[in-house]
Amino acid sequence: MTDKKIMKKGSLDELIKKLKSGGKRVFAPVEKGGKILFEEVDSASAMAADYVQTTLSAKDVILPRCEEMMRFTTGQGTVSMEKAPDMPPPAVVIGVRPCDARSLAVVNAVYLKDYSDALYKSKIDNTTIIGISCAKCDEYCFCTSVNGNPGDTEGSDILLTEVDGGNYLAEIITEKGKALADSAPELFTAAGGEDKAKHLADVKVQFDVRAVTAKLPGMFDGEVWITQSLRCIGCGTCSYVCPACTCFDIQDETDGNRGVRLRCWDSCGFGIFTLHTSGHNPREVQSQRWRQRIMHKFSYQPDQLQVTGCVGCGRCSRACPVDMNILQHIKEIEAQ
Amino acid sequence: MEEKNIYQPYLMRVAAIIDETPDVKTFRLEFINEEEGKNFKFMAGQFGEYSVFGEGESTFCIASSPTREGYIECTFRKMGRVTKALASREIGDTIGFRGPYGNTFPIDQWKGKSLLFVTGGIALPPLRCVIWNALDLRDNFKDITIVYGARSVNDLVYKHELEEWGKRGDVKLITTVDPGGETKEWKGEVGFVPTVLEKAAPSSADTIALLCGPPIMIKLTMPVLTKLGFSPDNIFTTLENRMKCGIGKCGRCNVGKYFVCKDGPVFTFAQVNQLPPEY
Repeated sequence: MTDKKIMKKGSLDELIKKLKSGGKRVFAPVEKGGKILFEEVDSASAMAADYVQTTLSAKDVILPRCEEMMRFTTGQGTVSMEKAPDMPPPAVVIGVRPCDARSLAVVNAVYLKDYSDALYKSKIDNTTIIGISCAKCDEYCFCTSVNGNPGDTEGSDILLTEVDGGNYLAEIITEKGKALADSAPELFTAAGGEDKAKHLADVKVQFDVRAVTAKLPGMFDGEVWITQSLRCIGCGTCSYVCPACTCFDIQDETDGNRGVRLRCWDSCGFGIFTLHTSGHNPREVQSQRWRQRIMHKFSYQPDQLQVTGCVGCGRCSRACPVDMNILQHIKEIEAQ
Repeated sequence: MEEKNIYQPYLMRVAAIIDETPDVKTFRLEFINEEEGKNFKFMAGQFGEYSVFGEGESTFCIASSPTREGYIECTFRKMGRVTKALASREIGDTIGFRGPYGNTFPIDQWKGKSLLFVTGGIALPPLRCVIWNALDLRDNFKDITIVYGARSVNDLVYKHELEEWGKRGDVKLITTVDPGGETKEWKGEVGFVPTVLEKAAPSSADTIALLCGPPIMIKLTMPVLTKLGFSPDNIFTTLENRMKCGIGKCGRCNVGKYFVCKDGPVFTFAQVNQLPPEY
């Protein structure tokens, strides 16, 4: 069961320093060029102070946007595989929003079910997530419509909620979280009867995700994909900011006779994503790619992996250069 | 604790190269690590990712039969970056292979039945695997009929094997080339696969049909098979979609909720008819 403790907000700095001196890499939201991004930090003072949502999620700590899968040297018709680079030190990610923490369930389902992906597994096993509940939300947030909530503990190892008196209520959720808390027992005291709920943002439920999932298989040939995607420019930004997008490309890069095989994030919004060498493309127009995005997240993944591929973080809507709004689009689909 | 990197290919030696047509080659590949070769098992219909290190990976079926152990074969057309690089490999060179991936033709369930192969162009390789598998277990099947067409005589792949199958008394082979694609020496049919199939009118009684070819050939052949009495669940095909990982993760080869790489590539037409047109 979840163990509840109190940690002073001011102790976060001590915690970071302690984790660092223990050899861990610590990532936290940092303000950089008007964006809030997860970067390695040395102290709590480096952390961004006030924001609703980080510009990007912390996904690339466990699933880098371009990741070396192997390295090799080629000779005259020969190939020798080189030793993989050493694993980086364990990571602790502080300040992950509950929606982003929940997205790990999606990434885990894709990468660990069936063929378990050792590259990914080594990173997720090596990472501890300290979530921070949301006291604020904006018009793009819809976690509660996709089974989450601003204080959801799923996916976090420890979840911090800012409560009265400059304190965090620290919910110690997993063994990893317990190990971390046990490594700095002096920073945690017993919790009283703190009312977590009153410190959480009020995120209204805006659609019934089960109804949407139930209705999508019958909507494959609908006009809605065309009307909704008329202005889509196929830039793929939605995929690159999504904490639950997992699709990738495999590419080789070489420098002389040495090379690496890379796994790089990719997007179903790109025409080339499905383009056959022959020139045939099963998803040749943008409406088919938009349909794939929604179907994959709200129909195929619930059906095949028992997870909804959207956590309601709202990033795709905030970042879309042509103002496509997934919340409005899903509500429209629900109303069809 | 150390888990295997699932993207790590086997290192394979190019043991033989056959120039099938000016732009199609067949490679015989042997495992450089003998232990890996001994442990390697696959079944008819499965595919793999073949790689030239420094150029990337490409997806093709395993075109040889699982009854022939110690090597695998693949047949590919020079088209893009990887296949062009592959085509320039020489005997003795090292390439990469990961697999086998995907489901299989349920050949064990076809004991005692007749098999009809209908195929065109470079779609013969996925069926060649099944053809040799069936021929190596010939007593398990009744009639084996192969209808194979190409644009021209030059475009027929596996020419030596076509000759061999043609000579066998236990195979009925019908080859055809598109009108205008014949040569003076050509002894086969001239005409499109669906027409030639209709004329040959093989029996559908207790018969499994395997149909692989370009989309237009499939579209025009299906009505002929239906007319001959084949039901969609007795017609098998393989779907081909662009793939990267081969194991259901990279996210591009799906047709509706099914991944061609993991849930396919082998489907019956009863299944294909239920799928959205994303292939």
